[in-house]
Amino acid sequence: MSADIGLWGVPLAILAGAIRVSIPFLFVALGECLTERSGRINLGLEGTLVFGAMAGYAISYETGNPFVGVAGAALAGSLFGLFHGWICKFRGVNDIAMGIAMMLLGLGLAFYFGKGYIQPVAPDLPAIPLGNWSDIPQIRAALQINILFFVGAGLALAMWWMFRQTRVGLVIRVVGDSADAARAMGMNIDRVRLLATAAGGALTGVGGAYLSLAYPGSWNEGISSGQGLMAVALVIFARWSPIACFWAALLFGGAGALGPALQSVGVSDGYYLFYAAPYVLTLALLILTSSPERALRGAPGELSITK
Amino acid sequence: MIDWHHENGALGVEAVGLTMRFGSFTALDAVSIRIRPGSFHALLGENGAGKSTFVKCLMGFYQASDGDILVGGHEVHMTHPRVAQGLGLGMVYQHFTLVPSLTGAENLVISRGDVPMRIDWARENRDLRAFMARMPFTAPLDTPVADLSAGEKQKLEILKQLYLGHRFLVLDEPTSVLTPQEATEILSHVRALTQAGEITVLMITHKFREVTEFADEVTVLRNGIHAGHGRVGDLSHADMARMMIGERQSQPIPDRAGTPGATVLSLHDIRALDRSGLREIAIRDLKVRAGEIVGIAGISGNGQSDLMEILTGQRSLLSGEMRVHDTPYHARRPEAQRLKVRYLPEEPLHNACAPRMSVADNLALRSFDDGRGIWLDRAGIAARAKTRIAEFDIKTRSPEAPVRALSGGNVQRTALARELTGDVDLLIVANPCFGLDFAATEAIHDRIMAARNSGTAVLMISEDLDELLKLADRIIVMAEGTLVHETPAASADLAMLGQYMSGHA
Repeated sequence: MSADIGLWGVPLAILAGAIRVSIPFLFVALGECLTERSGRINLGLEGTLVFGAMAGYAISYETGNPFVGVAGAALAGSLFGLFHGWICKFRGVNDIAMGIAMMLLGLGLAFYFGKGYIQPVAPDLPAIPLGNWSDIPQIRAALQINILFFVGAGLALAMWWMFRQTRVGLVIRVVGDSADAARAMGMNIDRVRLLATAAGGALTGVGGAYLSLAYPGSWNEGISSGQGLMAVALVIFARWSPIACFWAALLFGGAGALGPALQSVGVSDGYYLFYAAPYVLTLALLILTSSPERALRGAPGELSITK
Repeated sequence: MIDWHHENGALGVEAVGLTMRFGSFTALDAVSIRIRPGSFHALLGENGAGKSTFVKCLMGFYQASDGDILVGGHEVHMTHPRVAQGLGLGMVYQHFTLVPSLTGAENLVISRGDVPMRIDWARENRDLRAFMARMPFTAPLDTPVADLSAGEKQKLEILKQLYLGHRFLVLDEPTSVLTPQEATEILSHVRALTQAGEITVLMITHKFREVTEFADEVTVLRNGIHAGHGRVGDLSHADMARMMIGERQSQPIPDRAGTPGATVLSLHDIRALDRSGLREIAIRDLKVRAGEIVGIAGISGNGQSDLMEILTGQRSLLSGEMRVHDTPYHARRPEAQRLKVRYLPEEPLHNACAPRMSVADNLALRSFDDGRGIWLDRAGIAARAKTRIAEFDIKTRSPEAPVRALSGGNVQRTALARELTGDVDLLIVANPCFGLDFAATEAIHDRIMAARNSGTAVLMISEDLDELLKLADRIIVMAEGTLVHETPAASADLAMLGQYMSGHA
């Protein structure tokens, strides 16, 4: 049974891991991309992500249907987004400070309501076995790709299309790039941002449900390792493009899979250093792609961090 | 009785006894203006004369306290900007309202009220090209607006109004960011459209030349009242100036005195990246001598702000050297103090002041750390502030008022008072009179000329060519990041300067 593929196991494990680990990054990044394109920043997505993980797991356990769990997580996420968007429309409210408060609120609520769901086992989200053509078990395992990966990839394409080809997309870009122009055209800036923030929260909730219902696949308080925060850096690195968000999420996923992949082929010394790869990558990318002298190209003009 | 609709669509508008009060302040006092369909009507006036208030009432941004507005001969209630738009009234603002990251086509389509949910770009592009083919001028449709030149943006703004079917256009200082050639080109096109009876234009402006060359009629506002009106052919520049400024005595610029002395500032083979990091700023050789004003002309966005940042030490150099009094200069605070270099950057409220700090504290920013240990000399700061405020005629409630509560002209005076106090060997200024009214501009110009006459070397970066022609001894044109042309101001040729400014020389 154990067909030995030797060191080929490392790239294979990284690829498989990249896909598995990238999914929450992808959903949070798409959500944040949508929100930031409307000119608002939501730093509270880490809290939304963890709350989504808890809500998705709990609902999946109670109903026995993981898809109902995902829908519930999306609903919970959109409520967090709505709340953030509603508060931020008031004059003098800083969306960054508010986002940090929302993060703490989300984490606190998730831990409070999630206490009773640490033990029970909820039904998981199904994966699609794309590797059945192969006899090698490692390949079969690596190509067990979760259904949400395809949903996320499709969403990235759909969002790219929306920004270019639909009225909604253009309106979001106008509101995010020039509030004056939006006002002159009679657009309701607050409402556009409210809905974009809510939709961004819903996507983040789905990312959270993936954490608890697929990989790692159970609910506990340490379920997120900061994906909700790193996704903010990821969106900047992706220059607010949904397609670039997809590739950036894969890159971050690959970095996250480095440690486990090395461990799986028996590297026992120092592999844990590679667990830090995503954080090092976040830091390195932000430093390398920034400049004290140049303005960030592609940044929505109304964003409070780039204004 | 005049016909309020031109057969080709231009729309006539009339204001009768329009009054706008803000609390106890009357910004507009019973102003009546009749703008005939198909005419090109200029609205002249100083800052604060009520021009923008008038236009905002017309466009529905304000609701007039009293008086009537007639569009096409019918009385209307301008309760909302959308009412004005629905009637065919459109406005081109002084600051562009195009969305920078959207292309020209996207900007035009989204400004329309009836965009379908899913945009059929093949059809929209076909319609846009057909529309462009009917227009006397065009603008790029497939480039993001951020990458267009100021002239192209302005054309696109006007095209947008026509695309929306507006037949009465308000242009708010439409040429303030354009080269003389671009201004002439665009205003000629607009004039042709009015003569064809397709649109009516009301243009807010400061520039007499534009009024005499392009407008049919002119109305002058002063302090919120109607100060004069006439056909352009019947009025001289002197007549218009008298209506605009009233009986107030305008002080002539002090005469130039002395001859230029030794070189104070020299830039040699400077290279640096601009703000976007994509273009290089290259200054091969620039010298400013004591007792002369060197003017840097150019259209905004050709590297002048980058040059200013190089001079203030905010931009690192790839190569080259700055020298002041023949010693290397990096614009650090001790160096600037020792070599007596002072700055007046543009938008002084943001770039040269701490807006929430008091006028007195802002006046002390250059000198608060002279000598003494860790304690501030509060009494000295207050006393010196009092002297400066009187000397430079800064209008403020008190020396303790925050500087951001002051008007633009007084903020500029505050910054200038600080920078011109004590011995100044080199003064570097950028757009010193941007957005200031006639009187404030005059006062600032006097100060700069007086500094020159007392032997200060002055480098003045300005987008206002008239200002440079008035003040500078030498004018150097900056285009696309380099210095492309130099001429003595006395013999400068406006058309030639314009060609170099637009990079077509």
